[in-house]
Amino acid sequence: MENAMEISHISKKYGSHTAVENFSAVVKKGECFGLLGANGAGKSTTIECILGTKQADTGTATILGMNPHKNRKALFERVSVQFQESCYQDKITVKELCEETAVLYEDVIEYAVLLKRFGLTDKQKKLVSELSGGEKQRLFVLLALIPKPEVIFMDEFTTGLDARARLDIWKQLLDLKKSGVSIFLTSHFMDEVEALCDKICILKKGKIIFEGTTIEAIAKSECNTFEDAYLWFTDEEADEHEEI
Amino acid sequence: MKKFKTLLKTELKLSFRGMDMFIFAICMPVVITVILGFVFGAKPAFDGADYTFFQQSFGAVSTIAICAGGVMGLPLVISDYRKKKILKHFKVTPTSPVLILGVQLVIYAIYAVISLVLVFLTSLLFGFRLSGSWFAFMGGWLLVMICMFSIGLMVGGIAKDIKQAGIIASILYFPMLIFSGATLPYEVMPYAMQQIADIMPLTQGIKILKATSLGLPVGNMVIPITIMIVLSIICIVVSLKFFKWE
Repeated sequence: MENAMEISHISKKYGSHTAVENFSAVVKKGECFGLLGANGAGKSTTIECILGTKQADTGTATILGMNPHKNRKALFERVSVQFQESCYQDKITVKELCEETAVLYEDVIEYAVLLKRFGLTDKQKKLVSELSGGEKQRLFVLLALIPKPEVIFMDEFTTGLDARARLDIWKQLLDLKKSGVSIFLTSHFMDEVEALCDKICILKKGKIIFEGTTIEAIAKSECNTFEDAYLWFTDEEADEHEEI
Repeated sequence: MKKFKTLLKTELKLSFRGMDMFIFAICMPVVITVILGFVFGAKPAFDGADYTFFQQSFGAVSTIAICAGGVMGLPLVISDYRKKKILKHFKVTPTSPVLILGVQLVIYAIYAVISLVLVFLTSLLFGFRLSGSWFAFMGGWLLVMICMFSIGLMVGGIAKDIKQAGIIASILYFPMLIFSGATLPYEVMPYAMQQIADIMPLTQGIKILKATSLGLPVGNMVIPITIMIVLSIICIVVSLKFFKWE
């Protein structure tokens, strides 16, 4: 399988605080990669260094064979990004936000088709701020799909969704993977990670403390569920400190 | 060009939905024109003047919308879009965030033009005619716009958050609106107040507009013109160097 993304040895410090240390990963085409860790573990900084919106101190990232600093324009025609809190103007309607997004790219899917696929056609004239949590999340996944991306970055995208809405979104993402799209996500929901991610990486204080599959994580931790395994990995060091 | 047009169309609609610019840049200048027309009518500017007080005020009133858009609208929209990560989101698309800033500048310029046309048409009802050259007047008017917009770009670009941008914008906007002569005529102010008003860039800009609209010698205008140009350059350079996209 082809590599969609190659990240090697990324490190970033803010003053004396190390945000990310020596982060490396490879994400293949059609694969979903999950970056896990507590708040402040360095997930967002890692994503930003990969995307080039922050300059890493050392290390390199290539997405679809391109350098995000040198080939910004060409790269972001094929890569779409949803940030942690989704960003939209006050008083903008669903249709207007779709139009504003579509016009930024050269080659796009008709947003009307996507609205239909996501069951949002009758919400077109509504203000985005008036949508329910589930509708909003569907809209943001929809917006990410407008440029026909080959890679999608999603930072904590299903925060605050009910079970039904999350299942709907998972299904959309699994379909995307089947069609060869690579996904890089961060999440605090372990069931979501288990359902979607082929590979995960757990960060703690900017360092990788585990990488592999969710099944490998369970095996290594000797816990029964992935959620317990995750807690086992992230708490381990804190326990050691307590003992000292 | 298609990108620009689509963004302009949507952002213009959003701006109209906000209503504040409609009130402060469109309605207010027209209302002030009507008030000045009724109060001063055909009175000469001073004993023996060959132009009326009302004629003299036209240049001043024509800057109200520029001031509202430049030092109030722009800083707020820029800091708001930064907080909502709209500017940052542009950085991970093939389109530069500079485009959305350009669109905002054009929107505030559109408000200023609409306001100028309406103020002019309203002034005609009170017997106004522009005795100077339209060409010189529009040159001065553009200079005032560039200067005010560059102040707004700088404030929006370097303010820490919306709250700070709002405070700085208010400190700039309200004194300039009232004391620069844009609403309350400079000529009715006591001398001491005029001295203070002279510090404000808009006061200097309005002097240029008065001179050009009345056809007075432009020779006296060297200092105001220089101040406006230098200030614009400073603000633009500071914006370019220190603009915070996120």
